[in-house]
Amino acid sequence: MKPLLSARGLTKRFGARVACRDAAFDLWPGEVLGIVGESGSGKTTLLNCLAGRLTPEAGSVTYDSAAYGAVDVHDLSEARRRLLSRTEWGFVNQDAREGLRMGVSAGANIGERLMAVGARHYGDIRRTASDWLSRVEIERDRLDDRPTTYSGGMRQRLQIARNLVSEPRLVFMDEPTGGLDVSVQARILDLLRSLVGSLHLSAVLVTHDLGVARLLTHRLMVMQGGAVVEDGLTDQVLDDPQHAYTQMLVASILPV
Amino acid sequence: MADDAYNYAYLDEQTKRMIRRAILKAVAVPGYQVPFGGREMPLPYGWGTGGIQVTAAIIGRDDTLKVIDQGADDTTNAVSIRRFFAKVAEVATTTRTDEATVIQTRHRVPETPLREGQILVFQVPIPEPLRMLEPRETETRTLHALSEYGVMQVSLYESIARHGRISKGYNYPVMVNGRYIMSPSPIPKFDNPKLDRSPALQLYGAGREKRIYAVPPYTPVKSLDFDDHPFEIETWEQCCALCGSKESFLDEMIVDDDGKHLFVCSDTDYCERRRTLPEAAE
Repeated sequence: MKPLLSARGLTKRFGARVACRDAAFDLWPGEVLGIVGESGSGKTTLLNCLAGRLTPEAGSVTYDSAAYGAVDVHDLSEARRRLLSRTEWGFVNQDAREGLRMGVSAGANIGERLMAVGARHYGDIRRTASDWLSRVEIERDRLDDRPTTYSGGMRQRLQIARNLVSEPRLVFMDEPTGGLDVSVQARILDLLRSLVGSLHLSAVLVTHDLGVARLLTHRLMVMQGGAVVEDGLTDQVLDDPQHAYTQMLVASILPV
Repeated sequence: MADDAYNYAYLDEQTKRMIRRAILKAVAVPGYQVPFGGREMPLPYGWGTGGIQVTAAIIGRDDTLKVIDQGADDTTNAVSIRRFFAKVAEVATTTRTDEATVIQTRHRVPETPLREGQILVFQVPIPEPLRMLEPRETETRTLHALSEYGVMQVSLYESIARHGRISKGYNYPVMVNGRYIMSPSPIPKFDNPKLDRSPALQLYGAGREKRIYAVPPYTPVKSLDFDDHPFEIETWEQCCALCGSKESFLDEMIVDDDGKHLFVCSDTDYCERRRTLPEAAE
């Protein structure tokens, strides 16, 4: 078996500041990899480098594409990379407003990827959009409403539907439950877990919430100051943290 | 030269040469927006500064110019642009579509079919068809370069979801030669089919945004639509109250204070020819 995504020596600087240093890992098909760490530790920078949204100063990201075979994400032409990112990949932003078109209806939001790859039958697009809306537990009669009329949790679920409609193989998620209240968080985590299972998705999930990481991820990378300080199976890392920083992170979870 | 204070056709020769180069590039890449160094013209932006610069760059003493505004030859804008070129370029002017070699137009394509050798110059307010969907110029250029037109289709989807049909009536987006999405300028969608494989050369000039684009003769121009919501043009129950035409684009005119109204052809030349020449009406 070949890894779906592998990173080697990824380094990204902003001026003199190193946001991400020498990150390396393999993501296997069907696996959910968590990246945890405090704010400013370079999690999101690493994610953006993986997804081709930022160009790293050093290192490579290799993706095993269904259409083109193994490709270096940063060597691809912009056209190919953009095509890849709207067919084989998904990207779920923390702020749903960045990932949605707020000016058009939910149906149009979900249908955009289909239309981008050539779907031209209004009825079919609408039916697919409606199906996906119910899969993410939003009432079908909200199909023609704009996301501006949705609550925060619904927007996030809509963003997930918009990404998954093209049946991607790999989804990047940047704090998908950040800023939502805990009951809404729980529903979205439930939803993500069942979708990841039923669609055989692989995912890279950035979060600062160890509870989210515990629930969703198989493997965990802990970042501090731009460097990966520890990685391993999620349960192992959380139950028996080796690095002092990880121990501090685990210890700082508030007991309920 | 009628007025020695100005160069022939108002613009200096270097400027005309620059515009001609932009036009050549535009013709070579149908539907692609070519930037050009737009000049100040003696009329305000929005009144046809782009069209008038294109016309000035291509017009010669042998040409016959027709200028239409909303289909009419007798509105202020049409009359002044016609007089402008009669003065600075010493060209013959006409209101007859079939006699003109260069037709500068705003908001309409003439009803009389165009022929080879004619040039139709459009005045364009907003050349970028994706502008209302994507405000960033860098991004719209990338979308054109990579032919990523999903977002245009999203706007049509939204229109059907909201109104039950594609409600866009003018400036209806078209795909040129299967490659570039183009704004046909604010002509009614009624005129879109006339752009498709037209024997005349179509040049589009946007003065404020300084862009020129073109559709060479016989180039396929397809109006965007959905398989189950195909492109349709406007129809009227009435026929023209003056000439009786059932095929032309009609304007509704209020004729008195009691709200009495008439439908008449928007193309004044077409309407008048049908009234004065009975054989033209056949």
